[in-house]
Amino acid sequence: MADPHNASNEIDHVTGTATTGHEWDGIRELNTPLPRWWLNIFYVTIIWSIGYWIAYPAWPLISSTTRGVLGYATRLAVEDDLAIQKAGRAVQSAELAGATLDQIKADQALLRIALAQGKSAFGDNCVGCHGIGGAGSKGFPNLNDDDWLWGGTLAAIQTTLQHGVRATTDNETRTSLMPAFGRDGILKRNEINAVANHVRILAGQPAEPKADLATGSRIFEQNCAVCHGPQGKGNQELGAPNLTDAITLYGNDLASLTETITNSRNGVMPAWGERLDATTIKALTVYVHSLGGGQ
Amino acid sequence: MAATGNPIRRATTGEMVGILIAAICSVMFLIIAGKTEHSGYAFHALVAMLSAFATIFLIGNRCFQPGPFPAPQEINGKPNYNMGPVKFATIAAMFWGIAGFTVGLIIALQLAFPVLNLDLPWTSFGRMRPLHTSAVIFAFGGNVLLATSFYVVQRTSRARLAGDLSPWFVVLGYNLFIVIAGTGYLLGITQGKEYAEPEWYADLWLTIVWVTYLLVFLATLGKRTEPHIYVANWFYLGFIVTIAVLHLGNNLAVPVSLLSPKSYIVWSGVQDAMFQWWYGHNAVGFFLTAGFLAIMYYFVPKRAGRPIYSYRLSIIHFWALIFLYIWAGPHHLHYTALPDWAQTLGMTFSIMLWMPSWGGMINGLMTLSGAWDKLRTDPVLRMMVVSLAFYGMSTFEGPLMSIKTVNALSHYTDWTIGHVHSGALGWVAYISFGAIYCLVPWLWNRKELYSLKLVNWHFWISTLGIVFYITAMWVSGILQGLMWRSYTALGFLEYSFIETVEAMHPFYVIRALGGALFLIGALIMVFNLWMTVRSGELAGSESDTSVSPQLSLAH
Repeated sequence: MADPHNASNEIDHVTGTATTGHEWDGIRELNTPLPRWWLNIFYVTIIWSIGYWIAYPAWPLISSTTRGVLGYATRLAVEDDLAIQKAGRAVQSAELAGATLDQIKADQALLRIALAQGKSAFGDNCVGCHGIGGAGSKGFPNLNDDDWLWGGTLAAIQTTLQHGVRATTDNETRTSLMPAFGRDGILKRNEINAVANHVRILAGQPAEPKADLATGSRIFEQNCAVCHGPQGKGNQELGAPNLTDAITLYGNDLASLTETITNSRNGVMPAWGERLDATTIKALTVYVHSLGGGQ
Repeated sequence: MAATGNPIRRATTGEMVGILIAAICSVMFLIIAGKTEHSGYAFHALVAMLSAFATIFLIGNRCFQPGPFPAPQEINGKPNYNMGPVKFATIAAMFWGIAGFTVGLIIALQLAFPVLNLDLPWTSFGRMRPLHTSAVIFAFGGNVLLATSFYVVQRTSRARLAGDLSPWFVVLGYNLFIVIAGTGYLLGITQGKEYAEPEWYADLWLTIVWVTYLLVFLATLGKRTEPHIYVANWFYLGFIVTIAVLHLGNNLAVPVSLLSPKSYIVWSGVQDAMFQWWYGHNAVGFFLTAGFLAIMYYFVPKRAGRPIYSYRLSIIHFWALIFLYIWAGPHHLHYTALPDWAQTLGMTFSIMLWMPSWGGMINGLMTLSGAWDKLRTDPVLRMMVVSLAFYGMSTFEGPLMSIKTVNALSHYTDWTIGHVHSGALGWVAYISFGAIYCLVPWLWNRKELYSLKLVNWHFWISTLGIVFYITAMWVSGILQGLMWRSYTALGFLEYSFIETVEAMHPFYVIRALGGALFLIGALIMVFNLWMTVRSGELAGSESDTSVSPQLSLAH
């Protein structure tokens, strides 16, 4: 075995390079020098890094760190970026802020801005429940139709957005509580079945052949009509849905109706006024109003 | 067994201690199983108890085995290599590989078609995803590392593996850890740290196994009959030592009680995040890079029949890699609460890491000079060469993505997933496949593989799969990043998050297709290996493995 610190006199014929003279399980090593390009790029990355350390915060000291000559800090960079975005929107934001909902509605330029901002805010905040197009899903109202729980005028929509629905954190929230007729023992099972069948009839759906529709009608009058109206047309003051159309929040098949009457539903929406500024609420109002059912 | 008429041998002190410890533990595990209120934890205690019983049986059974005891260190002047644990780990690697690739395919399909979550907790993406990552990294990759390291350290040290029971303890204990970890995820037992999900008791067990692994490796190196330690062994040692340190640092947790699987980590807030990614990134650096470079340093020159290109490069790039990698972790936390100085260091050390990483690629690829023609005829060598190309690509892409402005686009997108898989499928899996294709005929004393043609099929099918996978993720990731930062002319965000998710769908389907192809390739490999062992032609007596016909002494 040759001295490991000297090149051995063993030569690899293919490359003409000396080996180190060591051998492990048949494997030998050439004593090729480091590739120059490899070493040079390595040096360049080191020099570049040192430059970066000088420019940016880099090395921890005892009670602080090196700050870097550029004075960069991620937090400042974020604030700057946000400020730039805000400045870009400043004029239009001021215009929106100063206009009433009706003025926005009437002014094409303002409306365009409000719809753009509303769409963006809707995408960030509302689509999780109401879907990208506002079509809703079970338990979450469709915003494209003209069937409104709490009213479809600009003012009503704005109030709903601002204060939410059954939002526990907002005293002015839209609220009403349908009793859990079955769970709380107000109605018996057969009575629930009867009134559910009655609601099917109201919605223009066939009832079960053996349904006790007379009882259903009586129970509806006694328990439901006060909110949903004698004809089941609903009441937007109370957020009581119209039961006579085909639009339904939790389903109008018998099983879903039985579940709704037994345990009630009482869905909630956050009071967005707590999270979004007034201009954004305004823009969202106009956007939701524009989706198809605005009144 | 005893029926062969061999006298029953007296157990050694080590065997008796092993049986005693296993017996005490089995009682302890039974008590824990009975007293805990957590059903998953009770299940694990029972698995541990059965493992302790199996240990008692397996050790006891050795006393009835025929043959000389203890196994001789040398036979006819040649080292009597201990290949049992190597064989076990090789089989385990293929088993876990198939399992891990399959789960990967399932979760890829879940992302494309969420209904496949089946609405069950055990099959939800959140539990299956760590099962996939742990199965491929720690179960497949880990067993490949165990198998090859125990093989390579013996062959390049010309010494039998140190220890008698301990090598078996390492491979069996490690696989027990895998079982505990994997079943734990499905049962909802996790400490919620990426790539370090197993809870405190699994971590403690792994610590014991890993320290034993280190000692076996060191002791084998210590009794080597070669004057120098081969470069592959430096890399293996670097991998084993660093993984021990990382594992301890990132898993310093206080259990709620001995009867609970739950623990709380001692780090908090951004320090915990920093520890997590110091661990996470160096799991990539030392488990998936240093360990697999060790494989490259043995199997590529061996298969190519050529000397390693540059001894000097191997020294410089080894130390540069070891020194620089350990700093790079903070690049996982760009633009977070992590202080700016740490982000800077993470980024700059990642940039400086570029060339040291490439040193391994150069040394591997250039080792083929004089043997490039073999790429045409030997698909196994081709697989290893392509793995080095993927390694080079990933280790260029990594520093690129660590640059903050690039990271601002790439972070949290599928680009990261694509990057990881070009390294994991292209580099780690391919070098592993190459090594196993070499190992199986050697270990089972077969002349050659059952079919090189099937290796060829494996190579092309899975290469196609990788290309599908990573290109889909590049496109999807960059698209995702651009959609997130896209503003309308009026200065509002253009897309809602869910719209970006919808846009990913076609790429998720293509990715799943890539994963399916990769899995099919691996199944072909399993068949090929199975047939090699079952029906391959026996090799003659071990030929001289000297592979340097082109060498001569200069005068």
